[in-house]
Amino acid sequence: MKRLFANKKLLTDLCVILALLLLAGGLYLALLLGREAGGFAVVRVDGIETERHALSTDGVFPLNGGSNTLVIENGEAWLSEANCPDLLCVKMGKIRYNGQTITCLPNRLTVTVEGGESDGVDLVVG
Amino acid sequence: MKAKRVTVMAMCIALAMILSYVESQIPSPGIPGVKLGLANLVVVFALYRLGWKEAAGISLLRVFLVSLLFGHAASLAYSASGAVLSLAGMILLKRTDKLSCVAVSVIGGVLHNAGQILMAWALMGANVVWYLPVLILSGTVAGVAIGVVSAILVKRIKL
Repeated sequence: MKRLFANKKLLTDLCVILALLLLAGGLYLALLLGREAGGFAVVRVDGIETERHALSTDGVFPLNGGSNTLVIENGEAWLSEANCPDLLCVKMGKIRYNGQTITCLPNRLTVTVEGGESDGVDLVVG
Repeated sequence: MKAKRVTVMAMCIALAMILSYVESQIPSPGIPGVKLGLANLVVVFALYRLGWKEAAGISLLRVFLVSLLFGHAASLAYSASGAVLSLAGMILLKRTDKLSCVAVSVIGGVLHNAGQILMAWALMGANVVWYLPVLILSGTVAGVAIGVVSAILVKRIKL
């Protein structure tokens, strides 16, 4: 094993890996600091908005003819059920901040948290 | 010689397909795109032992056949965009000869994820920025694992 990596390319390799890790960390921090709670869960199928629900009102909504089920509770949105085999969208968990998205690739459906005015609160300034 | 090359490529494609299937049986951690990329083992190996054209052929045929056999309608677009971007990056990086196949595999893993994100953005207008850090991280970790194993394979297996 040692002979395998004991060459001068090892250093450049490590630099590349380190740079990528730093990029991922930096990006994550930037997103974390820049986030703010959103007003709506916007549902899109094939990139076209089909419905939007205020995060301030709890509820359960069947989406896309029943292929997925959206739950809104305590300002958070998540998909509780889906008819796809992998259920990735269900496992993706809860979202509440602007720009966060749940994606269901098989049903070509996304749920994105977006800001908005008509939920009783003006824009929350972070 | 030609028959041998065709045979080796066919074996590589078959192996890559099996590895894709094996990987599909591993439970996903819950974020689309976070995966090991076992099939990339074969592609990295082919890139170093057979040549870039062969590696490209193996990768693209693998994606096409696996989507046909195990995938759903949308999976071909995502896999193909990931594979094309990943291949292009790995082939170019290998040409510079500044990195070992570990880093080449890392870049391949990250670019594969990037390609899929771009396709999700193009097809669904998904807000993909939140996935970027996660998928860069997972692509890097998976790339290191695959790259280390590929390095051993490239060293040990002579064709």
